[in-house]
Amino acid sequence: MDSFLSITLQAVGLITAWDAALSEIVALSLRVTLTALAVGCLIGLPLGAAVGAFRFPGKTAVSLVLNAAMGLPPVVAGLLVYLALSASGPFGVLGLLYTPTAMIIAQTLLITPIIAALTRQIVEDLNAEYAEQFTSLGVGTLDRITALLWDGRFALLTVALAGFGRAVAEVGAVMIVGGNINHVTRVMTTTIALETSKGNLELALALGIVLMLIALCVNALVMSVRSSAVRAAYA
Amino acid sequence: MRDLIAETQAPTLLTARNLRLTRRGKPLLDVSALSFAAGRCTAVLGANGAGKSLLLRVLHGLMRPDSGEIGWSGAPDSPGTHAQAMVFQRPVLLRRSVEANLAFAHRAAGGARAERSHAVADALAQARLTPLAKSPARSLSGGEQQRLALARALLVKPQLLFLDEPTASLDPVSTLAVEEQIATARDRGVACVLVTHDQGQARRLADDAVFIHAGQIAEAGPAADMLTTPQSPATRAFLRGEIYLGA
Repeated sequence: MDSFLSITLQAVGLITAWDAALSEIVALSLRVTLTALAVGCLIGLPLGAAVGAFRFPGKTAVSLVLNAAMGLPPVVAGLLVYLALSASGPFGVLGLLYTPTAMIIAQTLLITPIIAALTRQIVEDLNAEYAEQFTSLGVGTLDRITALLWDGRFALLTVALAGFGRAVAEVGAVMIVGGNINHVTRVMTTTIALETSKGNLELALALGIVLMLIALCVNALVMSVRSSAVRAAYA
Repeated sequence: MRDLIAETQAPTLLTARNLRLTRRGKPLLDVSALSFAAGRCTAVLGANGAGKSLLLRVLHGLMRPDSGEIGWSGAPDSPGTHAQAMVFQRPVLLRRSVEANLAFAHRAAGGARAERSHAVADALAQARLTPLAKSPARSLSGGEQQRLALARALLVKPQLLFLDEPTASLDPVSTLAVEEQIATARDRGVACVLVTHDQGQARRLADDAVFIHAGQIAEAGPAADMLTTPQSPATRAFLRGEIYLGA
């Protein structure tokens, strides 16, 4: 118990001291995750909206694949990206393996299906309400997708939050394609895993606390935006 | 039984012939001939489940009949206008401000951006919603929401307006406001097809009336005649407030 308390106190001390190494790791984590989230939203939102808003042959199969891909294990996503980016892989020539870009690609692969599948459900429900009115107003295909995404914007914030949570907390994919190289590809989760195995529990716990604080802040922000939207009858 | 072919001087806008719709072997709609003329208001009456809303959806093109023809003789769509518009029983409003809902309809109809703010301001004024322009549309009362839905439908200057029980769940004040909007539109030459349960509303607004029973036209003709001297047993029972289960 004493040792747990002392480790916790040392971890808090590290956070309050906030040294350059900690900053570097946290900044890289956020850069990788937020970029992956942006790319994931750019692909997943319109893809999910298109699947949710329109009927086409194979729609059920596409929905099934998206739902199944939500459960893609991070290590498998990492492995797939590793195979694609390794020297003998189709994109090996780009030399991206063990770079933050490779980590972004892996996280994007991991969260895009989550964003697309959850978006599909939200847009499908919204479209059930809007479809006849849109047809009556003569709304075009692209305008339908844009309008559904815009009107579902507050519900979709939660979708982005789910993507963010998945990306920022995963360790398997970034470990495989990033390699956990100090000052290059070391992020919060890989550092926690490494430092724990080395017995450097203070730093591991400090990063764990920072990770949880980030998740808490992001959730609080999204919840407050949503509740103000609900009050304004926009959600 | 007599089908309604408008016998007026006004030009015919929409003609439907031999419309049939069957689901799971059950005939839902069987309408041999129906037409609507410019500037006239036609009330579509009938009991719940008779097929009134279904008929409106088919005529407006929201549902495809199994067979039959629907012909449009009015002017085609032009930028900023739609030949037809529809107001639903429960107004479907976007999760945006009142004015954004109107602007959306104008844009969807291909209206020029330069004319948008003017068109929106006009529609707001006509619906007496100008003070609520910036309010979220879904925070409005039921009556205000329906007035907005009607203003949005009229903003694209339709020649034919379908109204599916637009005052079904409104209080008398809101009902009156919506009826005034409908009457103004009709007086400006917009043909209205109004599904209603309310005989009084049919009397107040309609020139013609169609009575639907079991997906078929039981009776059609001038509204005043049908509402005072109904010819079919189904219409007579409806007007007396009786339940009619006959064929």
